[in-house]
Parts: sequence; C-alpha cells; structure tokens
Amino acid sequence: MKIEMKNITKAFGTNKVLEGVNFTVQSGEVHALMGENGAGKSTLMNILTGLYGDDGGEILVDGQTTHFSGPLDAERHGISFIHQEMNNFLEMSVVDNMFLNKEIKNKFGLMNENKMREQAKFYLSKLGAKIDVDKPIGSLSVGRQQMIEIAKSLMTNAKIIIMDEPTAALTENEIAQLFEIVRGLKKQGVGFIYISHRMEEIFEIADKVTVMRDGISINEYQTKDVSMKQLVKDMVGREIGDFYPDRNPKFGKVSLEVQHLSEDGVFQDVSFKVQEGEILAFSGLMGAGRTEIMRSIFGIDPHNEGKILIDGQEVHIHSPQEAIKHQIGFLTENRKDEGLILNDSLTDNIVLPSINGFVKHGLVDDKAINEFTNMLLKRLSVKAQSADVTASSLSGGNQQKVVLAKWVGSGSRVLILDEPTRGVDVGAKREIYDLMNELTDRHVAIIMISSDLPEVLGMSDKIAVVYEGKITGIVDTKSATQESVMTLATGGVKDGTRN
Amino acid sequence: MEQETKVSQTNEKKSFDFKKFISKMGPLVALIILVILVTALSPGFIQPSNLLNLLRQVSINAVIAFGMTFVILTGGIDLSVGSILALTGAVTASMLVSGMSAGLALLVGLLMGGILGFLNGVLIAYGKAAPFIATLATMTIFRGATYVFTNGNPITGTKMNNSFLFQFMGRGYLLGIPVPIFIMAIVYLILYLLLHKTTFGRKTYALGGNEQAAYIAGVKTKIVTMWIYTISGLMAALAGIILTSRLSSAQPDAGTSYEMDAIAAVVLGGTSLAGGKGRIFGTLIGALIIGTLNNGMNLLGISSFYQQIVKGIVILIAVLIDRRSSND
Repeated sequence: MKIEMKNITKAFGTNKVLEGVNFTVQSGEVHALMGENGAGKSTLMNILTGLYGDDGGEILVDGQTTHFSGPLDAERHGISFIHQEMNNFLEMSVVDNMFLNKEIKNKFGLMNENKMREQAKFYLSKLGAKIDVDKPIGSLSVGRQQMIEIAKSLMTNAKIIIMDEPTAALTENEIAQLFEIVRGLKKQGVGFIYISHRMEEIFEIADKVTVMRDGISINEYQTKDVSMKQLVKDMVGREIGDFYPDRNPKFGKVSLEVQHLSEDGVFQDVSFKVQEGEILAFSGLMGAGRTEIMRSIFGIDPHNEGKILIDGQEVHIHSPQEAIKHQIGFLTENRKDEGLILNDSLTDNIVLPSINGFVKHGLVDDKAINEFTNMLLKRLSVKAQSADVTASSLSGGNQQKVVLAKWVGSGSRVLILDEPTRGVDVGAKREIYDLMNELTDRHVAIIMISSDLPEVLGMSDKIAVVYEGKITGIVDTKSATQESVMTLATGGVKDGTRN
Repeated sequence: MEQETKVSQTNEKKSFDFKKFISKMGPLVALIILVILVTALSPGFIQPSNLLNLLRQVSINAVIAFGMTFVILTGGIDLSVGSILALTGAVTASMLVSGMSAGLALLVGLLMGGILGFLNGVLIAYGKAAPFIATLATMTIFRGATYVFTNGNPITGTKMNNSFLFQFMGRGYLLGIPVPIFIMAIVYLILYLLLHKTTFGRKTYALGGNEQAAYIAGVKTKIVTMWIYTISGLMAALAGIILTSRLSSAQPDAGTSYEMDAIAAVVLGGTSLAGGKGRIFGTLIGALIIGTLNNGMNLLGISSFYQQIVKGIVILIAVLIDRRSSND
C-alpha cells in the first residue's frame, strides 16, 4: 500500500494551518513526521483519516484518488491511527476494550465472548505479548496498553499505522519492546507514520523523516543522510546553537537538605542537599519514586521517617501551604491535572499561591494583582493575548511558563520542577532552560526531575539517581555519562521492567 | 493536537463575544423578555405592589440559592437546605414560644443552621463523602429530626407572635418595602463581596476549577469546603426564620423541595454544575426568573399543575442553551 498526500491545504476560518503539504508513506517503511506543536502534524493526519476535509490537494492510495469519510472508513481501508491519548475504558477488561463497537455476536445477537477472547489472544501473541485479556486494562502499564492498541490495529488488518507520540509515557524498556514490534511488523509489510519529538528515536526507528513547520512540509530526508542539527534547524526555522544553554553556576549556602527520608513501600532513606544557585537533577526510571519523594517534601504525601532542613533549620511540612510558607515551589509533572486551573484566567492561576498577600482592607486588591501578574508574564515571556485569557488557550510551553510564573511569584527559593519540559516544543524548551539559569543566578535552588537523559546531562550540576525508591548515587554532572546514569537508574543491572 | 486547540481558539474568536454575552447576560436577557411577556399578557404584573410581592416571594429562595451558589461553584451540591430550614425554623419558633428573647432565639437559630452546614462540610471534606450522597443523607436525617422535635405538629404561640423583632423579619415593612427584600439585598451584597472581592471567593473558584491544583497552590481546600457548606446551612436557617415569621408558625414539612428551587435558580443563572464557573449575580437573576414565572402564571390563572411543567421546561431550555454556548 502506498499513500501519497499531495499539496494538501487546510484552513480553519481565516487561519491557514496547512499549505501545500506533501507526504508519502508506503508499506514496509517507517516514515517519521516531526515538527513543533502547532506545526500541523495532527491536522495532516486527521485529514488523511477523514476526520477533517481538506481545502485543496489530493490523497492517493495506490495511485487512486481517495477520500475517506472518517476514521472508521480509513480503518476499513487499512489505515489505523493510534492516538497519543488512548482513551481506554480503564475499568473494562482488555478484551472488552479491544472489541468495543466491534463485538463479535453469535446468531442470537449475544456476544460471543470466547471467540473475542481467542482473537484478542491471537493478535497479542503475534506481538509477542503475554497479557491476561480478562484483566481491567487500567491495571496494565501504559506500555502494555500501547501494545494492545497495536494489536487492535492488526485486528482491523491495518496496512499503515499512524502513531502519535507513542513513547511519551513509556519506560526505556518498553520503548525497546515497542521498537522491536515495529521492526517486526515492518518486515511483514506494515507501514508506519511515526510522529515524535524525540530525536534519538527518529534515528533509531525511522527510514525517512519529514519535517513540518507552520503548516508546510519543510524537507523530506532519508534518516541515514541527515543530522540531528539539521532536523532541529528545520523544525525551529533557525539555528538553535547549542540546545542547552551554558551553565555558570555560583553556589551559595545549602538551601534544602533532606536526611534519611522514608515512607514505607514508597521510598527509603533518601538523603540529599541542594545549594542556592544549584540545579540538582533527579534521574531514574518512571515509577522509581522520584515524584513521590518530592510530593512528600512538599507536604502532599506523608513520610514516616526523616528530616527536612531549610537553611539548616529543621522544618515540619504537612501540607502544601506550609511548604509555600517555607518558600518551596512545586511544578508538578501533570500540569493539566495539578498545575493549572485550565478554565481560569492566567491571572487567577498565577496569583493563587500568593493570594493572601494581596488583601487590602479585607478585600482582594485587583489592581495590585494585575500589576503583579503582568510583570511575571512579561518576565517569563509568556505568549498570551492578555492575562485574562484562560490557561487552556495557551500552548504547552506557555502553560508551563504560567506554572513557573506562579511559583516565581510566590517567592520560591527552592523550586521543584517535575518534568519541566514534557510536552513542550523545542523552542519553548530552550526558553525554559534559560529561565532556569536566570533563576539560579538569583540564588534559587532547583530540583529537576527529568526522564530525558540529555536534558539531565545538559542542565544540571549534580544528578541524584533513584532506583526502586532509593538514591543509588549522586554524581557530578561533569563526570556523568548517559551510560553511567542509566546503570545507576537500573540498579546496576540491565533490567528496567519496573513501571 | 495542539494545532487543533489553537485553531479552534482563533476560530471561536469571532463568535466568542456572542458566547461570552450569552453566558454573562443571557439570564438577564431571558428575565427581561419574560417580564415583557408577562406584562403584555397581564398588565397588573408591573404594578409596584405586585412587584414588591414578587420580590418578597423570591427572597426566601434567593437567600438559599445565594448560599447554594458557593456550593455549586465548588462542584458540590447541598440537598439538605430545605430540611435545615425546617429544623432551624422549628427550633427558633419553640424557643420564642417558650419565652426566649427574639434576638437570642434568632441567633441560636442561625448558629444552628451554620453548625448543620458545617456537619455537611465535615462529611464532605474529611469523610470524603460525595456531596450528593452526604447531603441526601443529612436531608433525610434533619427532616426526621424536625418531625421528632415538633411531634409532627406546627409550632406557634402568642409569645412568638408578640415579638416585634421576629415579626419584623418576615412581615415587617421598612419605607413601604417588605423587610425580607432588604434581607435578601443585604445578604446578596455581603455574599457578592465575599465571592468576588475576597481571597475566600478566589479560593472557591479555584477549588471548583481544579481541586488538586488548588491544593498544591496552597489553598486549604478542606477548610474552604467546610466554610462553604457552613454558609449554605446559615443561609437556609436565615430563610427558615423569614418563612416562620411570614407564616407565624413553624411547619414540620416547611421547605420541602426548596433545594430544587435553589439549585434551579443557580443553574438558570448560568453557574456550571461542574464547578468553577458562575456568578452570584446570575443566581439573583435565576431566582427572579423563577419568581416571575410563578407570579406571572398565578396572575394568568394557570393551574399549579401546569406551572410545574412550565418551570421544568424553562430549566431544560436554559440548560440546553448553556450547553450550546459553553460547548467546545
């Protein structure tokens, strides 16, 4: 099967989102589609699968002009789209999820559960996955759910599978497994359109790569003929120079010290220090307990042993408001669930942790709040029409800056950043790094949890590696390598199946 | 994915003003149309005496609905307000009948409403009970307690009817205007300030918008929740006092299904049941819409059986319009 999208144009209202985009994929190849958020990748895929109509151009399938009426139609013709958000019904079993809306019925119109179970097992075994199909799908790791998604595609006899950021929530091990499956299916003649932000993956898995920017397809390359630098340049439209800004830290006194912090079954004997002006990275596999340690320090979750010292003084933090009082800020990994009130204005979001400081005669001083938030929006160069727009209207990078603004505004001297650049595009990433540098220049101590190893190596001064709830080592970033950190993160052995 | 959201945002911009208008001014426009319609059908409606009468009728529901607005803004619900009204009304009445001074009796009645609301708050914030279930249970308990307390009989007596202050609350006039209207206005003003001009109000919205994010931003979510249900209970008790004074007696079945009218007023006023979105001004308008409907249909001689159907339909229409305008 060969799909050619030629000269595709699409506008929403007066807003042109695609202009003359060309994209080709065929059976047996992996074609990566790269570009920043908003470049038009998803729109292009939605046009291919018929969710949107196009305003110009044509789609050829094996040389025939084709138009799918919608995702179901595309699926019947062998094109399957695995979305980033899988939308599974977590309480329902694997087999029920797989056959949702495609239930096999017997002659009485009742569901033929045995047959569905058989088929589910058959397709999963094709991927080499041993999964209990009667378990609720929510009890499985994201990686396993991803496999089930691929099995679902195979069930519909897919010739081309579109994957949108499939590895965003996978562990290293799961990614390796996924790639194994992709390579296997490729050999059997399945073609892939692979949307991803992660450079390393593109070079590992893709045969071809097309870069999109601002609704145009910039270039198509054979992956073996192109450099990472070139791809970044195509995506951003300019040379970024070094991806990570230089760090010239000046360390002050110890800001936060944690001694022997433990919570049964979650993390044990965690001790570390972070100085003013320092970025201490927390590396490790997903589920190693990094987030849990920080949540405990911030007073969201309890710990049953250990001490927390701020400026050398022991403090007892039982709730976020106490943590904020001690000038700790916490950018959580999930900004939509924990970081932002999406339907509230930027102002309301930013001022929330500091709201008690804006009271005049018992009433809220809106004028002062507006000055305060506008100053912060400007300082963090948040791109927004005004401070009154809702947080949901911003791009991921700008949303993240709003969360940062909130904690900068509350006067944080210790800032915990949990995956600060997740879901943020390349240009905005660099801005966040610059901000981190600016903050440490102002003597803020930063703890950065990151699963992105190059980021850890590029942006930290020290790295604490967590494995199964314990710190397996704190190393100087200058002397660390991806391999050395990975070895610590997997407990010294190459086995990272924990999730 | 991001592209789509961005695009739909810009796309909406043209129709955005309209939508904002609908969500902000829609209830007011609906009220004005309703008033014009009723006046055309029954000119007596617009007479000052009828309007004052209408406002007085509205005041009880409005006071409850103001408190309910806070509750619904957090994404909660308070079904127990009608029962709190009955129980606090009965207790207040019995204290008056036994000869307690009106000031003290009113204070105890209000305090009791606050405590009953606080109880709801504790169940919801600390017991982690779903607001619907928690207040459904307390609704039944408080109603039962009212029957036990009153033995199922109305409470009335000369001492109660001789108390000026108590009579004044529900039956008094000030400058020719019924006192309940003043009470409604004062409560509105205080709660308006509380919701829109204090940090407590901001925290209420934050809690309804995203409780987890609010908590991490340092909002004492449990304490705010408890206060909000306390306010709701307090408002129910105040409404109970007005009603008992109006009727010069405390009925054990007083306030039955008042929670529904209060919720209807809040929803008609454009406050989202999902929480985080809405204004107390809308609730005032919502209460006035319900009041105008009741009053207008009475003037037109429409049977009370049909009135319920009409009220239900109006609520449905309002909700459907609201869905449309807030749909993304």
